[in-house]
Amino acid sequence: MNNTELDLLKMIADIDSTPSGAFNIRANGALSARHVTENVDIREKEGVSGIEIIIKPNTVGEKIHIPVIISESGLTEMVYNDFIIGDNCDVEIVAGCGIHNCGSEESRHDGIHSFFVGKNAKVKYVEKHVGEGDGEGGKNMNPTTVINIADGGYMEMETTQIKGIDSTKRITKAALADNATLIVKEKLMTHGSQYAETDFTVDMNGENCSANVISRSVAKDKSYQLFVSRINGNNICSGHTECDAIIMDDAHVSALPQITANHIDAALIHEAAIGKIAGEQLIKLMTLGLSEAEAEEQIVNGFLK
Amino acid sequence: MLELKNISFSAETEDGEKQILKDVNLKIDDGFVVITGPNGGGKSTLAKIIAGIITPTAGQILLDGEDITNLTITERAKKGISFAFQQPVRFKGITVHDLISLAAGEDISVTKACGYLSQVGLCARDYINREVNASLSGGELKRIEIATVLARGTKVSIFDEPEAGIDLWSFNSLIKVFEKMHKTLGGSIIIISHQERILNIADKVVVIANGSVKDEGKKDDILPSLLHAADAACKVLTDALEEV
Repeated sequence: MNNTELDLLKMIADIDSTPSGAFNIRANGALSARHVTENVDIREKEGVSGIEIIIKPNTVGEKIHIPVIISESGLTEMVYNDFIIGDNCDVEIVAGCGIHNCGSEESRHDGIHSFFVGKNAKVKYVEKHVGEGDGEGGKNMNPTTVINIADGGYMEMETTQIKGIDSTKRITKAALADNATLIVKEKLMTHGSQYAETDFTVDMNGENCSANVISRSVAKDKSYQLFVSRINGNNICSGHTECDAIIMDDAHVSALPQITANHIDAALIHEAAIGKIAGEQLIKLMTLGLSEAEAEEQIVNGFLK
Repeated sequence: MLELKNISFSAETEDGEKQILKDVNLKIDDGFVVITGPNGGGKSTLAKIIAGIITPTAGQILLDGEDITNLTITERAKKGISFAFQQPVRFKGITVHDLISLAAGEDISVTKACGYLSQVGLCARDYINREVNASLSGGELKRIEIATVLARGTKVSIFDEPEAGIDLWSFNSLIKVFEKMHKTLGGSIIIISHQERILNIADKVVVIANGSVKDEGKKDDILPSLLHAADAACKVLTDALEEV
């Protein structure tokens, strides 16, 4: 790998040396490195591009890295990755995609990630998207995440896209069984003329399941963001969805939170707020000695932290 | 020393232009100065003019002889002016530790940040990593706001009605904070307040009403007549209520 690719790996997956656990590094459409452990197997899928990550039941404390990088201009790919997490596991999966495009053609990574979270299993899934390179070619990615959480399972999903991705459409669909929990934390910043669309659908099918979908975003320049969140309460359950956006310059933000109760004991809440940085926030930080630009940077960084 | 020369300020209202401050002249030396007076008299406006948040329509502000009238909020902050807001601002994502570090001008240790919080009566470890957002009560935010001024340690510290939104129990601690600041911080501590207990620890009291300085001087000279006037106003109100 060259330095550009190593920098991307560091940014998206915090990898600067060989990870200690299982990993699969995909670079420019091909396998770059893979390591499996006694409890975590990673193998190619048959018939389509992608991998299966199979985590044995009762695996606790393992961290699995599944990053993807693209540094060849004009490369587009579609991958299908399945994550099968056994019952009673407690693991962390670090994924993410970095695109460096110095050319004039579009580079694009599309992926469908399917999670099967076993009974009473606990998963933290961290996904970071980064684009860089000063070529005119687009740096685009469209991740679809399909989540199935079995009885008593727990999944926390952190997605971050802070800069450089020109166009993205993120689709997340989740189905929750009895006592299952899903927590989604999205952080997004767009600038220039970027476009970012987020589309969450959570079906709370099981008794006493819960979901919390939180998005914080900053839209700068002439960028456009669309946030759609649907939470369907089909049983005794509790769900909350929140979109909080800072709008700057000539940006546009749309938020469409939707909650549907199909059961008398479904307790659902939605919140959406879009607004510019409050003048009094800038003034307060300026009274501490920060310039207006420094104050704005602190507010945005804090908001997306 | 802070000197205000012929400060005036007018604002557009629904009823036309309204004069909020008119030819205010004040000299504020090092020490504890309380600016008091009836609501709507122009006290908070004057405090914001000193900090650069509001621009006066006329007049001049000198800090240690230097004309700072045209300096921005940031430039005045760097010259050594701090301001604690009457209604503290909330920030999503910025923690109490972050805010105190920004105030101190450096990434200070948790121990040091906790020290400032302890001084304002907050159990520091419970707050240090919390966001300065709506999860904090008005009283908690107020004390954090005061802690930011302590962390700055500047030569002019302005507090706009620090007692507003603080419960009686916390108010006692607040008085102790100001008494300690009076002894240790040095410089000018300017407090906008109606509270007799705060007036009682002042070196100098300035009375502002209807946009002008009505009286100023040492606490012992000003306070008796001020309290007498307040008692008289109370009596008029009580008599009127009895008649009703």
